[in-house]
Amino acid sequence: MRRGLDGPAPEERPTPEGRRNDQGIRIDPEVEATHLPRRTVISTLVQHEPGVLAEVSGLFSRRQFNIESLTVGPTDDEDRARITLVVEEPDPGIDQVKKQLRKLVPVISVRELAPDAMRRELALVKVDAERPDQVAAVADMYDATTVDSSPETATFEITGARQKIEAAIETFGQFGIREISRTGTTALARGTAETAAPVSATESATDQPTQQDQYTADDD
Amino acid sequence: MSERAASVTPAEEQDDEQPDADAQIADGAAPDATEESETTPEPVTTGAEAVVRALENAGVEYAFGVQGGAIMPVYDALYDSDIYHVTMAHEQGAAHAADAYGIVSGEPGICLATSGPGATNLVTGIADADMDSDPMVALTGQVPTAFVGNDAFQETDTTGVTTPITKENTFSSDPDRVGTDVSEAFALARDGRPGPTLVDLPKDVTKSETDREPDDPRVPDTYEVQERADEEIVAAAAERIENAAKPVMLLGGGVIKGEASDVCREFAIEHEIPVITTMPGIGAFPEDHELSLEMAGMHGTGYANMAITHCDALIGIGTRFDDRLTGGIETFAPDAELIHVDIDPAEISKNIRADYPLVGDAATVVEQLCEAIDASPKVAKWRAQCQQWKSDYSMAYEAPEDEPVQPEFVVEALDEATSDRAIVTTGVGQHQMWACQYWTYTEPRTWVSSHGLGTMGYGLPAAIGARLAADDDQEVVCIDGDGSFLMTLQELSVAVRENLDITVAVLNNEYIGMVRQWQDAFFEGRHSASEYHWCPEFDKLAEAFGARGFRIDDYDEVAETIEAALAYDGPSVIDVHIDPEANVYPMVPSGGDNGQFALTEEQL
Ligand SMILES: Cc1ncc(C[n+]2csc(CCOP(=O)(O)OP(=O)(O)O)c2C)c(N)n1
Repeated sequence: MRRGLDGPAPEERPTPEGRRNDQGIRIDPEVEATHLPRRTVISTLVQHEPGVLAEVSGLFSRRQFNIESLTVGPTDDEDRARITLVVEEPDPGIDQVKKQLRKLVPVISVRELAPDAMRRELALVKVDAERPDQVAAVADMYDATTVDSSPETATFEITGARQKIEAAIETFGQFGIREISRTGTTALARGTAETAAPVSATESATDQPTQQDQYTADDD
Repeated sequence: MSERAASVTPAEEQDDEQPDADAQIADGAAPDATEESETTPEPVTTGAEAVVRALENAGVEYAFGVQGGAIMPVYDALYDSDIYHVTMAHEQGAAHAADAYGIVSGEPGICLATSGPGATNLVTGIADADMDSDPMVALTGQVPTAFVGNDAFQETDTTGVTTPITKENTFSSDPDRVGTDVSEAFALARDGRPGPTLVDLPKDVTKSETDREPDDPRVPDTYEVQERADEEIVAAAAERIENAAKPVMLLGGGVIKGEASDVCREFAIEHEIPVITTMPGIGAFPEDHELSLEMAGMHGTGYANMAITHCDALIGIGTRFDDRLTGGIETFAPDAELIHVDIDPAEISKNIRADYPLVGDAATVVEQLCEAIDASPKVAKWRAQCQQWKSDYSMAYEAPEDEPVQPEFVVEALDEATSDRAIVTTGVGQHQMWACQYWTYTEPRTWVSSHGLGTMGYGLPAAIGARLAADDDQEVVCIDGDGSFLMTLQELSVAVRENLDITVAVLNNEYIGMVRQWQDAFFEGRHSASEYHWCPEFDKLAEAFGARGFRIDDYDEVAETIEAALAYDGPSVIDVHIDPEANVYPMVPSGGDNGQFALTEEQL
C-alpha cells in the first residue's frame, strides 16, 4: 500500500515569484537587501529593585543580542536606575532589543540615543613606571589623572569617548601595561532632549532606526 | 498569634520538613476563627492568609499542586478557604493542569509547589505556558529569607531559574506586601498578552503576622497595554485589503485569548476572505465552513499551505510566526504584504516584517478594521482557486479492513461520537498532528495542546485542568501517544480520586512515532531509541489505577468501544493499537518551503 496523500507533486505546483530575506523582509529578486550591523547606544530607565539587572542581562544572553557594554547606576530619583547599553546589531535586531526591553515589567522607558548624545567611559590603566617622565607626558596628552603611584607602577584614570580611551591605552602600551579596568559607556542625550522617556506602544512597534547617518556610538 | 510565628529562628525551621505537630498547634490560627461570618471575611493575620485572600479576591475556584515544607503555611491557610485544591501526582502535572484550566476558562490557572524540587518540577509546565502565552500563576514556597543563598535544604533560586520562562516573577520578601504581590501576579498573568507569572514565597514571610489585606488584582504602573491600533495604519491596512486579489486571514492563538473569534468570523464571512489558522489558533474559525482552509505549517493542510504561499495580502492576527508555521522565512508568503495585529509590540516584525503594524487588542483592532473597510476585495477567482486546492490536496486516507487500524479513523470516530463543544487535549507527536488534522474544530477553547514547547506528557494533566474548567456537558477527550502517556500517566490517580469524567485514547504504535517518522525520512530508517520493545497494557494499567480500561485492535471495535468509554462516568483509557507504520502527511521538512509540502515519503 502506498502511504501518503493524493495531489499534485511538488514539481507540478506553481511557485510564487517573490522572496524574503532572512530578516523576513520582502525583496525584489534583483536587489538583495540585508541590514548590516551597526553600533548604537540604548538608554533605559528601570525600577531600582533587586533582580532588574539580571533580567536585562538575561534578556540579552537568551536572545543572543550582541552587547558591547552595559553600565548601570542610580539616578536623581532613588526608585529608578539608568542602564546604558551599547549594542551592535542590524536594524531589525536593534528594534527587537528595544521592544523586548520594553516588555520587562520593571522597565520604565527605553530610548535609542541620537548620534550627538554625550558618551563617556572611564578606564583605570596600571602601567610600569620605569620611565616616569615619559609616562607623565602621555598621561598629560590624554588628560589622565594619576590615582596611584609606586616605585614600580603608576595608575591613571582616563575618561572620554571610547576612541580616546582606546588611543590612550595603545599609547600607554609602550611602557608595559600591567592591568586595565574599563567601565563601559554611559550616556545622556544633549540639551533638552530626554534620554529615556516613555513612548507609546505603536511608536515602539513602528520604531524606525533613528541613526541613518555615519556616526558610530563612539564618536563624540 | 504567638510570638513564635512572627520571628522564626533558623533552628526551628531546620526540622520543619517533618511537620511538627506541636509547633503547628502553638502557631495555630487565631483562637476563635470558628465563628465565620457570611458576609465579611475574617481579617487576615498572616502572610499566608494574605496570599489565599488575594486568590479569593481574584475569584479563583481551583488550585493544583503538591504539598511540602516551604509551602505548608499557604496550604494551612487554604484549609479554611473555599478554593478547591486538587493534589496532583507530580508538580509538572499541576502546572499543565493549571495551564489547561487557563486555556479553557480564560482566567489564570493556579499551581502551587514547595521550594527546591517542587519548584523545579514546575519548570517544564511554566515554560510551556510561556511559549503559548497561557495565563497561569505559579506560587512556590521558598526557604526562610535568612537561609536564602546559603544552599539550605530544598533551596533553589526559583526566580533565577524561571526568569526566562515567566512573564514576570517576584521574590516576595515582605509579609505586608505578599498578598499584593500575588494579586499583581494574577493581573499580570491575565492582562495584555497573557503568560505565566510566579511568586516565590519564603516560609518566614508567609508565617509572619500581618493585617495588610491584599490589594485587588491590578498590573503595576510600568505595565502598559495598548488596546486600539493607530487609526492611520488601520486606514491604510483597510485600503490594502480592499485592493487585495488574493487575501488570506491567518488566525493565531491570540485570537482565542483575546476573545476575537466572533469578530474575525464576521469579518471573514462578510468579505469572503479564506481563513487559515495556526496550531494554537485552532477553533478560532469553524473548520466546517467553506472559507476555512484549516491549519498551515509543517503538518498543515496542503490547501492552507498553498494559499499562504500564494496570497498577496496576509492578515495575521495574534500570531508570532513560529518557524513550525513559516518554514523557511525566505519562502514564506513571499508575495504578500503583511498586516499584523498583535497586542505585543515585540511580536511585530520579529520574524516576518510587517508592512502594516497594528498594535492592539485583537477584538478591538479587527472591529476597527471592520469599520474602516468600505468595499470588499474582489476575491471570486481566488476563492475558486482555494476550493480547487481543497479538492486537489484533500485530507483523505485509506482504511482497508485487513490492515491495522489507521489513526485517522480513530480520531474521526471520536469526533463523531462527541459534541461540537467537546474539548480535545493531546500529548506531542504524530497523534497530536492527527488530532489537529482529522478532528473538525468549530469552537474556540476546545483545542488544548502544547504548541510552542511541544511537551510530551501534556495531555493527561491538561485533561484534568480542562475538565474542571469545562461545562458539565462538554466531553473532555485526551488523544495521547504511548510515549507521551508514559511520561505523566501517574496523574490518572488524580483523575480517579477526583472522579473526573475524562476519556483518554492512547494511539499506541509502540514507537516514539514522530521520531520514527523522521528517522525513516532523514536518518535512513535507523530507529535509534525510538522503538518500544515492550509497552505496558494501558487498559490494565488504567484498571490498576481504578479507572476503566478498554482496548481496540480492529475496526469493528472502534465505534462501540469509544461509545462505552465516553459513557463511563469517570476516567477511562482506551489502548488503541494502531498501524505502527502510519505516518503524518502532508509535511514540510523543517526550514522548508510551505508550497513544497510532501504528500508521501518519496516527496521529502
Ligand atoms: C518532553 C519531551 N521529550 C522529548 C520530545 C521529543 N519528541 C517529540 S515527538 C516524540 C515522540 C512522541 O511519541 P508518542 O507520544 O508515542 O507519540 P506518537 O508520535 O507515537 O504519536 C518525541 C520523543 C518531546 N517533544 N517532549
